[in-house]
Amino acid sequence: MRKFDTKIQYLQYRAMTEVSRAAWNNTLQEEILDIPRRIVPGNIPTMRCCVYKERAILAERVKLAMGGDKSNPNVIEVIKIACDECPASGYEVTDSCRGCLAHRCQEVCKKDAITFDSKQKAQIDKTKCIDCGLCAKVCPYNAIQNHTRPCENACSTVKAISMDESMAADIDGDKCIACGACIYQCPFGAIMSKSYLLEAIDIIKSSQNNTKYRVYAIVAPAIASQFKYAKLGQVISGIKALGFHTVVEAALGADMVSASEAKELIEKGILTSSCCPAFVDYVHKNFPKLVDYVSHNLSPMATIAKYIKENDPTAKNIFIGPCTAKKVEFQKPEVAPYIDCVLTFEELQALFDSKDLDIVNMEEDLLDNASYFGRIFARSGGLSDAIVQGVKEIGDADFVAEPVPCNGIAECRRALLMLSRNALKGNLIEGMACEGGCVGGAGILTRGDKNKADVDKHSKIAQEKTITESVSQLP
Amino acid sequence: MKLVVCVGSSCHLRGSRQVVERLRKLIEENKLEDSIEFSGIFCLNRCQADRVSVKLDGKYFSLLPEEVDSFFQDEIMSKK
Ligand code: SF4
Ligand code: FES
Repeated sequence: MRKFDTKIQYLQYRAMTEVSRAAWNNTLQEEILDIPRRIVPGNIPTMRCCVYKERAILAERVKLAMGGDKSNPNVIEVIKIACDECPASGYEVTDSCRGCLAHRCQEVCKKDAITFDSKQKAQIDKTKCIDCGLCAKVCPYNAIQNHTRPCENACSTVKAISMDESMAADIDGDKCIACGACIYQCPFGAIMSKSYLLEAIDIIKSSQNNTKYRVYAIVAPAIASQFKYAKLGQVISGIKALGFHTVVEAALGADMVSASEAKELIEKGILTSSCCPAFVDYVHKNFPKLVDYVSHNLSPMATIAKYIKENDPTAKNIFIGPCTAKKVEFQKPEVAPYIDCVLTFEELQALFDSKDLDIVNMEEDLLDNASYFGRIFARSGGLSDAIVQGVKEIGDADFVAEPVPCNGIAECRRALLMLSRNALKGNLIEGMACEGGCVGGAGILTRGDKNKADVDKHSKIAQEKTITESVSQLP
Repeated sequence: MKLVVCVGSSCHLRGSRQVVERLRKLIEENKLEDSIEFSGIFCLNRCQADRVSVKLDGKYFSLLPEEVDSFFQDEIMSKK
């Protein structure tokens, strides 16, 4: 039974599971120092130079599982001792250079950065090179290679990652949008998001089996693409077995958002979506003049959470999704009254195992609140389809929604640049920071093309077929 | 009066939308918006019932969409 794509996810999961197990048992204080040794027993290192370094890094993972560095406001953190200080020298000529006669590299270089030494081997003058990569493309021997750090590469649009004095990766919180792209890209697992597992466990425990107040799990529609080893209904049973009162689809919030965002679009004429907190943050930090174009709707998560609290005022809402940026969103003043905690699917897996819940042997429970359109918000292009449908359902024949679905933050940037020059080909920017949309979020267990297909399949079986009907189910 | 309809998954699949829509209409037609507090909750913990769970002033009912009219007549209109 394969639960994760990578060993890094597995290590963080082990730390989170052990922390959660101890938290349920009220023994965290006593056990905390033993956890790294439990995960890396013996004296033979398998990952780093020695078991002591392995355990030191695990101690940092334990700390992140417990909420991380409280003095750092960012939810994305670098584990400095885990950072391997990868080379970051840019384009370099390797030994494969054969000293040919054609010198295509020199010809193509617009900056005159390439010269040849006495053996006719190419040299790049780093003071002139702008890392455009043209030389690497034309070399018939692939002799020129780019040494950039995977984390910096992952952040090439946002540009929040640089090197600190000790050469370790460093995240600039003023630029970071918490999308978590670097987490997945770092091959050493040196970047992680803070966990709010302890808060979630405390909320559940203090509810005294939902008698003091009810604890709702609001699950993102991307859940249909995760926990591939079990049926979705079994995942729902598992969530309830953890002590949640019930499970509600965030996709119903997406239906509510589609209905009002379609109206907003007709009123304003041009709009960007507001569901992806990383995208919204990116607009605020990089295109402050465009902030007024961002839809005034709360995100689907916050919208359904607000409904729950308006109808059940003592409710506590815990969002479970694929997203690290939601960990920032729920602390914003406009969302904090509605959402009490945010977990990822990885963290949910850790919670299942911290209680030894074997979900594959559970009965299948039900999950059906939202329409087809609310559910497809989980993948790129879904929001666009939903707003087009929303406009259609309003029945304004004069208005045509022309969405520009942006898949990943680089595409978002391009569309925002066009909008700032009044040259956008369309009237609605669907901004999703993650490639593929939320099914490619940083907090997922498994990634791949199948995720989109799974979301689409789950969307088609929704009982409600239109946005209007779906919204009408709520008193 | 406090009228709560369960909008949780089980009840939704059994027709809670139709129940809500009919109740909304009846409340409007009888101009009871001010005297009935109409709300929805995700799961009334009665998923075992075979119909949509409804709670009226603390008392539970289990309704099919087509039973809403007689419920409204018997439990709300006649007790006003
Ligand atoms: S695309 Fe989805 S998962 Fe990724 S940051 Fe935006 S909301 Fe989160
Ligand atoms: S879903 Fe209606 S009682 Fe549980």
